[in-house]
Amino acid sequence: MSSYAKHLHSIDAGHYKNTAACETEVMPVPDVVRIPLSQHIGKPCDPVVQKGDEVKVGQLIGDTDAFVSAPIHSSVSGTVTGIDKIRSANGGYDTRVVIETDKKQTPWEGIKKPEITDFQSFIKAVRDSGLAGMGGASFPAHVKFNPKNLDEVDTLVVNGAECEPFITSDHRTMLEATQDVIDGALTIMKWMGMKQGFIGIEDNKQDAIAKLNKLLSEQNVQNLKTFPLPAKYPKGAERVLIYEVTGRRVDAGMLPADAGVVVSNVSSVAFLGQYFRDGMPLIQRRVTVDGNAVANPKNVMTLFGTSVKDLIDYCGGYKKPPKKIIMGGPMMGRATISDEVSIIKNNNAILCFDAEQAYIPEETACINCGRCHAACPFNLAPMKFAEAYKHKDVEKLQELQIMQCMTCGSCSFVCPARRPLCFTNTLAKGLVKEAGKK
Amino acid sequence: MNASPHIVTKLDTAKTMKFVLLALVPAFCVSIYVFGPRVIAVTAVCVVASVFFEWLYEKIMKKPVTIGDFSACVTGVILAFNLPSSMPLWMAVIGCGVSIIIVKQMFGGLGKNFANPAIVGRIVLMLSYTTQMTTWPVPRGVDGTTGATPLALMESGQHLASLKDMFLGMTGGCIGEVSALALIIGGVFLIVKKIIDPIIPCSFIGTVFVFSLLYYGIKGSDAGALHMAVYNILAGGVMLGAFFCATDYVTSPIMNNGKLIFGIGCGLFTMIIRLFCSYPEGVSFSILFMNLFVPLIDSVTMKRYYASLYGGAKK
Repeated sequence: MSSYAKHLHSIDAGHYKNTAACETEVMPVPDVVRIPLSQHIGKPCDPVVQKGDEVKVGQLIGDTDAFVSAPIHSSVSGTVTGIDKIRSANGGYDTRVVIETDKKQTPWEGIKKPEITDFQSFIKAVRDSGLAGMGGASFPAHVKFNPKNLDEVDTLVVNGAECEPFITSDHRTMLEATQDVIDGALTIMKWMGMKQGFIGIEDNKQDAIAKLNKLLSEQNVQNLKTFPLPAKYPKGAERVLIYEVTGRRVDAGMLPADAGVVVSNVSSVAFLGQYFRDGMPLIQRRVTVDGNAVANPKNVMTLFGTSVKDLIDYCGGYKKPPKKIIMGGPMMGRATISDEVSIIKNNNAILCFDAEQAYIPEETACINCGRCHAACPFNLAPMKFAEAYKHKDVEKLQELQIMQCMTCGSCSFVCPARRPLCFTNTLAKGLVKEAGKK
Repeated sequence: MNASPHIVTKLDTAKTMKFVLLALVPAFCVSIYVFGPRVIAVTAVCVVASVFFEWLYEKIMKKPVTIGDFSACVTGVILAFNLPSSMPLWMAVIGCGVSIIIVKQMFGGLGKNFANPAIVGRIVLMLSYTTQMTTWPVPRGVDGTTGATPLALMESGQHLASLKDMFLGMTGGCIGEVSALALIIGGVFLIVKKIIDPIIPCSFIGTVFVFSLLYYGIKGSDAGALHMAVYNILAGGVMLGAFFCATDYVTSPIMNNGKLIFGIGCGLFTMIIRLFCSYPEGVSFSILFMNLFVPLIDSVTMKRYYASLYGGAKK
């Protein structure tokens, strides 16, 4: 089996890190929060509170017995006024607990520093924290940290690459919660028995690298190192990051643990550092608000359940009519249906584009230039996927290894004919999965 | 609303084509110096005719008009570069019609044609108007004087042209092919700008070089094998073909291995035609010939590559 080149293909998608120097501001508590009960991959939680209940900050409001799931905590103190439903971006409905806030932010009495004595209590503490990957995938952390082959997992890779344009929330986390990042990473490594850890950071964040290096050397930490990555897209994609940092290959269908690695987003790790110290579960995060339709782009510490609209209003409102609101980055983020949706755990950015910034020119004919192939980190051939998908040729799609595609969007970005290749890949992967079920 | 990504690069098809046009400017300038103002006339007629035919066909067939992507311009310029400057203009127009309407549009327009339009246009003119296509004005010559191309000199066993003249462009030949230097400048520009990949031009030119080195090494030549090898890469359409025709996206393979096979094939057939066939020049035939193999090359190289990288199709 042949292997990849030393560095995987990447593209220059532009950086637009307009808010890199914006210190995180804490947004005042909104009047109402609507906390979705599904903020993670896996089974949505069931509400454990009812209309009329008084809740406090950090109190459990949603939970389930399902293994792949993460509990939901109240981000505010106040009164539950009901449970509502809203159309979610992927076509389903999200159930949300609506809480009218009392603005006092009284912490729940049950909050205490987690006691960790062994691996099992570590996993339980992580579950109780409500952590689901804050980098975007929102995978429940206690599942990720509990792989079947725990003995073989020897490396932690902390993902501080932040390769998506515009977003700077991870960057600010590394600058503002540097010690939390180190504490969180060392705690994970300790209980999972890992011998080494790396914090992968794109080299356009030299200040974060320098600050982490300084603290690491002051505290004489030997087994955790920063790892500068080229500032190219998509160096922060999990499989790409693992390969660049450790040289280990993770193909589609494999888990990082199969390569002996666990990857965790830097904001998740920083949260754990804080959680292991004071026991306050995951109730808020840094969100980058940017895009040319927003009056004052900034980084905001936002309570979960805050509506996008409230957040934008805090940033000075819209200065131009927004054409598209994206949750996440411009490469892999999802356009929302409305600004009524709530900020959740994996929501690292809200981008509001006006008509000009959101404009994508009309699709023209493929000229077979091969740029999509040259851009693909896994050397796939998106234009051939599109052709095979048109003919619903499942066998051909499999031969071309469609399932290796992680829909990073590089192919669509570079296509001079503006073909929506990444979208076609998603459809084609669906087609192959369907065919596999029959 | 649309699926991600929500931003795209600024480099679109039209911009790509404009880069190619820009890269052809040095060769154009040299040609004007060498063959005089008629170069401008032939090139202009080809460009206007190509764009017009594209517009006309798309209007008649009620398809969206795509002349804004500059691909017809590029075809026009490259076809003009493959004609002698003394070519009657109406013949050039016929060549453009063949290129755009028959080779490009009838197969579905940009991206769908299996053969390089300009190359086929040139071949059709070559076969239809052989006299006019092989009457070469001499460099810096007075109107009406004609001479032979370096390849014709080689074929007929007369004295050879000087390598320096061939490198700079002071020889007989088609409008755009005479100056290797100007074409290399344009080609390197495209490679640096990442518009074209170096594999095809390098393997094409390299194969021509190695093949003639071996051939003249074995057969023996008064000028020496090395001299003849350099002579062969500078002569005729090798530089123009390797940098600007064989690298046409639509009609060249995607995978690096495929590009290598394609480039070597082009070089090989060029030399076979030059040395063993009755035509003095074989670049256009070899490119057309290899164009036909592109779907096969693509399919085989991809299948092998993905099977080796990911261990065959997984369910």
